[in-house]
Amino acid sequence: MNGGRFLVVVRSNLKVFVRNPAALFFTAILPVVFLVLFVSIFGNERSKEFGVKVATLQVPAFIALAVVSASFVSLAIGLTSVREDGILKRVRATPVAPWIVFAGRIVTAIVTAVIVTAILTGIGALAFGVAVPTHTLPGLMLALVLGATSFCALGIAYTRLIPSEEAAPAMTNAVVLPLYFISGVFVPTDQLHNLPGFLRFLADALPVKPFVDALLKAFNPHTIGAGIAGNDLAILAAWGVIGLVLAVRFFVWTPRHQAG
Amino acid sequence: MADEEAIEISDLRKSYGDVEAVRGVSLRVRRGEIFAFLGPNGAGKTTTVEILEGFRRRSGGEVRVLGVDPEHGDRDWRARLGIVLQEGRAQPELTVRETLELWQAFYPSPRPVDETIGLVGLEEKADDRVARLSGGQRRRLDVGLALIGDPDLVFLDEPTTGFDPVARRAAWVVIGGLRDLGKTVFLTTHYLDEAQELADRVAIIKDGVIVAEGPPEQLVGASQTTEITFVAPAGADLRDLAGNEPFELEHGLVRIRSERPTRTLAAICGRAAERGLELERLQVIRPSLEDIYLELVQEAPVP
Repeated sequence: MNGGRFLVVVRSNLKVFVRNPAALFFTAILPVVFLVLFVSIFGNERSKEFGVKVATLQVPAFIALAVVSASFVSLAIGLTSVREDGILKRVRATPVAPWIVFAGRIVTAIVTAVIVTAILTGIGALAFGVAVPTHTLPGLMLALVLGATSFCALGIAYTRLIPSEEAAPAMTNAVVLPLYFISGVFVPTDQLHNLPGFLRFLADALPVKPFVDALLKAFNPHTIGAGIAGNDLAILAAWGVIGLVLAVRFFVWTPRHQAG
Repeated sequence: MADEEAIEISDLRKSYGDVEAVRGVSLRVRRGEIFAFLGPNGAGKTTTVEILEGFRRRSGGEVRVLGVDPEHGDRDWRARLGIVLQEGRAQPELTVRETLELWQAFYPSPRPVDETIGLVGLEEKADDRVARLSGGQRRRLDVGLALIGDPDLVFLDEPTTGFDPVARRAAWVVIGGLRDLGKTVFLTTHYLDEAQELADRVAIIKDGVIVAEGPPEQLVGASQTTEITFVAPAGADLRDLAGNEPFELEHGLVRIRSERPTRTLAAICGRAAERGLELERLQVIRPSLEDIYLELVQEAPVP
């Protein structure tokens, strides 16, 4: 398969994505609504801990939400759906290499992540005075690419546990929604002090908070250097590898409802 | 050339736990023929097809599809197959053309998209999204997806189930066209008229065993029985009319089975004419493939 064909796969994925109202809403529209509501309700004061405005904390927080939607949520639900429809079974019967199918999804998620990041950053900058990352752009891009890839790998692996198309949205949200609360998405990072010890441990060990923190480092105007959050990105990458290994080992191509 | 057979199966077996779903099936499908695989639900049809397609592993026997064991089929092998699954669906968000363009990218030397759209008669729907297609149109897209890789061998698993009669006729034209393209077609179907219309040869599987195999006309020809039916004339003595032939009376319709229909018919008509009786709705019916099929599958289970 040459590059042109791979591009066809990515373009098809993007078309499916923008024509799917649910995916588009949760990834592109909801994070913007959340950002505007959040800053409107809680104000845009300066955080004592970070010395930045609330919006500067929340733009990366909702970018994280959008990227997790475009990768983990989108793949867990989308791949389950095409698996149950027998589309994956049929793809498996073609000469295409499996990694092309998954790489196509990951590149689609990265493209989506970059676009929603641009939208949220633009709104943050214009409406709430958020500084646009410039010298920290390498850190931002690295976090986006690594985040989208790792959460895609986890989403691909997670489909193994989802028995049906109907179960997919609930099972996926059951994982990500609580994580958003303990990882500084719905509750600003500087308000997480009251978190019980074990929840704090959980948040630090699971991939959402490291992702939020890595993005925050890139958006924090006090950051010196390229904004690359080594520890956070290492945790994120580790989860990506775990997801990849589980996906390669356990991924199922045929519908579960006609297993046997 | 070893490649003269598209499919060779000998003594194929498949067990699920204690249940043996396929019990020693042997078949040969020649290149360029349309082969219909018939049988009631649960007879082992889908199991056999999925073993041929490489989706399932067999428990015993030998299988060669295009000269390759499906359990070890590589990408070059898969490039030569086209598959229409029983429950085929496509991404509803894409148009017909976009779907074919995507699948085209999966194959090393595909057929042009426009040509494929023409083959399955979807020219007018080419830019409609899959979500807006009718059931018959979706099935035609399915067949298009099986053809986009320009395969040598096409598996069609119940391609017209759920079609209205007009859509079925249209699908038959498409499938018959595959023969003209030199493709080998392995077709499973519930519709006997479909097999009779399309297939060069048929095999009937029952309880995991092949119970009949051959060209449809030969299977039909193997049966010597012809049916003569007519409406029982009011007040007539049917026993007298039928002569020595045994007959059945069902809803006022007399049914006589004969292995020498010319003689039987002449005798009955002669007696009816002598007695001034008109035999309304008189019919002489050769058994169809459907009759043969029903006879075979309704017999006692294969031991």
